[in-house]
Amino acid sequence: MPFLNVITILLVYQLVGELTVREFDWPVPGPVIGMLLLLVTLLIKRPIAEQLVKPTEMLLSHFSLLFIPAGVGLMIHLTRLRDEWLAITVALLVSTVLGLLVTAWTMMLMTKLMNRSSK
Amino acid sequence: MKDYYEIWVYLSASPLFGLTLTLVCYLIALKIYRKGGGNPLLTPVATSIVMIILVLTLMDIPYYSYFSGAQFIHFLLGPATVALAIPLFFQLKKLKTVWLPMSVALICGITVAGFSAYFIAQALGASHETILSLIPKSVTAPVAMGISEQIGGLPTLTAVFVVITGVLGAIMGVWLFKIFKITDDDIKGVAMGVTAHGLGTATSLQINQQMGAFAGLAMALSASVSAFILPFVLSLVSP
Repeated sequence: MPFLNVITILLVYQLVGELTVREFDWPVPGPVIGMLLLLVTLLIKRPIAEQLVKPTEMLLSHFSLLFIPAGVGLMIHLTRLRDEWLAITVALLVSTVLGLLVTAWTMMLMTKLMNRSSK
Repeated sequence: MKDYYEIWVYLSASPLFGLTLTLVCYLIALKIYRKGGGNPLLTPVATSIVMIILVLTLMDIPYYSYFSGAQFIHFLLGPATVALAIPLFFQLKKLKTVWLPMSVALICGITVAGFSAYFIAQALGASHETILSLIPKSVTAPVAMGISEQIGGLPTLTAVFVVITGVLGAIMGVWLFKIFKITDDDIKGVAMGVTAHGLGTATSLQINQQMGAFAGLAMALSASVSAFILPFVLSLVSP
């Protein structure tokens, strides 16, 4: 599918997502609704998915580029980061360790429980 | 000499400058990352951000004039988030066997990662905006910024926390899995995707395909689920 068509599809879904969120006053970002709507569309019309892979590859493989402009916003938060560095550092370090371990352990436990009940 | 100065004044205020600076720094950062053998400390986002801030500070250009150009890249976060539906669609098959353990782990992981940061920062006396901005820090950037805005945080501050969390998760994950003898690739991948979003997924892909696929799946699912869970849990803990 030509890139112009693909970007139009993505923007239309994003727009519908934004409008849905505004209309129903949901606490969810519009693009997330757009993503779910596109997923539903792909499940109904499977062949479209194959055609979208190549044109969106560039966008998705450089996903991290897209958050540089926001990350540079660090500049305007330097005073805040300096004032609250201890709380921020401890919060980020500990919560990352906890997040990794809790996710892994919950999944291990659930898998074990399911294997036992299926035997 | 004066002519050059005038050209410079014109260019530094035009959108072209911010846009070009971002792309050039990103390409340099990618090169450094590949030369460094994919060391997570050299992750291109972090290096690019540091380079751009140095350039802007040295040239005395405020963030807002930089952003007038960089916003064209920033804008693509929306369509890119919508496009996440495509890899998610292709990984749905894998989900059939592990969906139950994975969804429980996903919900627990998202809540613990976000709200442990919330309570720790609160206990250590961080400001209200900082605490709120910390909650979505494990979610991929565009969604995290959207959630941050919805719950009253500062989206740009959240973006900074997202990048730092991604780098920390990518480094510590590999290390923690060794210490705690977590060996299953599906499980390691899900933990990386839930906690360290895109950067965790990139690291998992380097370890092996299976772990990478699960990390990507967990990241995309977390992006769609977090947007519902985090605001809801926040309404429970701070009425």
